[in-house]
Amino acid sequence: MSESIIQIQHLTKTFGTGESAVHALEDINLDIKQGEIFGIIGLSGAGKSTLVRCMNLLERPTSGSVTVNGRRLAWMEPDGDGETPAFVSEKELRLARREVTMIFQSFNLLMQRTCLKNVCFPMELSGTPAAQAKKRALELLDIVGLRDKADAYPAQLSGGQKQRVAIARALATDPKVLLCDEATSALDPTTTASILGLLKDLNQKLGVTVVVITHQMSVIEEICSQVAILDGGVVAEQGNVEDIFSHPSTDAARRLVYPGGASVEQYPAGTRAVRVAFNGGTAYQPLIASLAIDCGVKVNILGADTRNIDGRAFGTMLLGLPDDPNEAAKALSYIRAQPNVTAEEVEYHA
Amino acid sequence: MLEIFTADFWSQYGPLLWDGTVDTLVMVGISTVFAYILGLPLGVALILTQAHGIRPNRAVNRILGWIINVGRSLPFIILMIAIMDFTKLIVGTKIGVRGAIVPLVVSAAPFIARMVETSLAEVDAGVVEAAQSMGASTFQIVWKVYLPEAKPSLVLGGAISIVTILAYTAIAGAVGAGGLGDLAIRYGYQRKVPSMMLVTIIFLIVLVQVIQFIFSHVSNHIDKRLDPTARSFKGLDLLSRFAHTK
Repeated sequence: MSESIIQIQHLTKTFGTGESAVHALEDINLDIKQGEIFGIIGLSGAGKSTLVRCMNLLERPTSGSVTVNGRRLAWMEPDGDGETPAFVSEKELRLARREVTMIFQSFNLLMQRTCLKNVCFPMELSGTPAAQAKKRALELLDIVGLRDKADAYPAQLSGGQKQRVAIARALATDPKVLLCDEATSALDPTTTASILGLLKDLNQKLGVTVVVITHQMSVIEEICSQVAILDGGVVAEQGNVEDIFSHPSTDAARRLVYPGGASVEQYPAGTRAVRVAFNGGTAYQPLIASLAIDCGVKVNILGADTRNIDGRAFGTMLLGLPDDPNEAAKALSYIRAQPNVTAEEVEYHA
Repeated sequence: MLEIFTADFWSQYGPLLWDGTVDTLVMVGISTVFAYILGLPLGVALILTQAHGIRPNRAVNRILGWIINVGRSLPFIILMIAIMDFTKLIVGTKIGVRGAIVPLVVSAAPFIARMVETSLAEVDAGVVEAAQSMGASTFQIVWKVYLPEAKPSLVLGGAISIVTILAYTAIAGAVGAGGLGDLAIRYGYQRKVPSMMLVTIIFLIVLVQVIQFIFSHVSNHIDKRLDPTARSFKGLDLLSRFAHTK
């Protein structure tokens, strides 16, 4: 097992005090390993943005400890009977932030600087000589495929291109961790796929650990190996993506994993079901109909949330399998044989 | 009033008008520079210390806000008279162009602080957060994010500040500061030379138009937020600039 790069222990974050206090995060424990792509998913208001901001102290935890790349950023110090939170010094924090960089939903590029100057920006902050910074920035723009846009201003770029520049900028200080705060939420599905592809690529080539914050299940499915499900400020479930997707054991997980929040309790216990994810195959292929015609197997659609985008199918479906084990197996292998479709049998805890 | 088209008029009043214009420009120029030296850091301090700023400090923010409001609530003519002794202490005289500069600066600095605050408030909080996430210091955020990102807006605010100071100089003229305002009052009103009134008014209008045109043009030119390929209708653009002069 590789080493931990981000360790979060007993982290809480409360906004406000007294009766109006909002407990955004409660007793969060996470252990993110080096080189992973770790997903944090939750609905809006679940506290995921607050959590990721605690990883670089843009948000200061109310209590608990945060250790990134072996450096303690926040911890608890004994104080008489109790404990009080302590934080790394401003100066050391600035150094730490070069190792944990961030990209955002709204890209947050400097609008009055060219792409090249945007990528140079973090190097300017850290005092890298201008010529060296420029050379490195051009290399990075090359990596994200935008070298020809070096002299363009952000206003001249599309959303996907802006996020690529933001990624290049985030890589300028050779970070160990890249935090992505809803980085693809403002992008269309095709662009999202290409940005996710880029992140995966960077993770493999540069070994940078990627933490992805999202409300979209498809993002987790596409690139993450580990996932934590955040619900109402607590980690409802965490672990291997495949495990959680096939055996969601909490309500929060089921709400996210099953399409349209399909409730599984309403079906008799023992019903076998399969969760089918469409990852952008042609939308003109009638899967369920051809399953019935080709295999003569009838499945029950328990829930579906699919979209047709530019003639490509995205989304998930929950299918109830026939009781006959042979027919069920036939249906499963048929679905699995389809291109751009993944299927996992799911368990009920009804 | 047609005499303003005669050579006689210009030979009689031309030198006066020239000196008045120069005095006005000197007063406006010097006062603007000093008012920005005071007002710009004040505006920056207001933004940094506000509740959601990067250096939140309620006490400092309130005190600065209070001082600025006091400065802004005094009408220029009252402020000018009220601080005459202070003016004499600083520049050695209470009157003339030099005597006008001190009250002009004192009066315009709080106004400029608010203008700067408004311009900086337009800077996307996300961009500031991004800079913080990269380990930028407070100074770096001011110097490399707030000021450059707000530059087009600061330049537009500059035009408003200068025009305001220009208006103040006319009031200062009433108590012997010199300049175009002084000419309008002394010749146009007291000596009943309507042509002088007309000419000084025309001069002031032209000055304001020229200042606004230059600053709007510069602001537009340096602003990279607009996609240059999307810029069109130059003529309309120009018209709209004149539409919101002042």
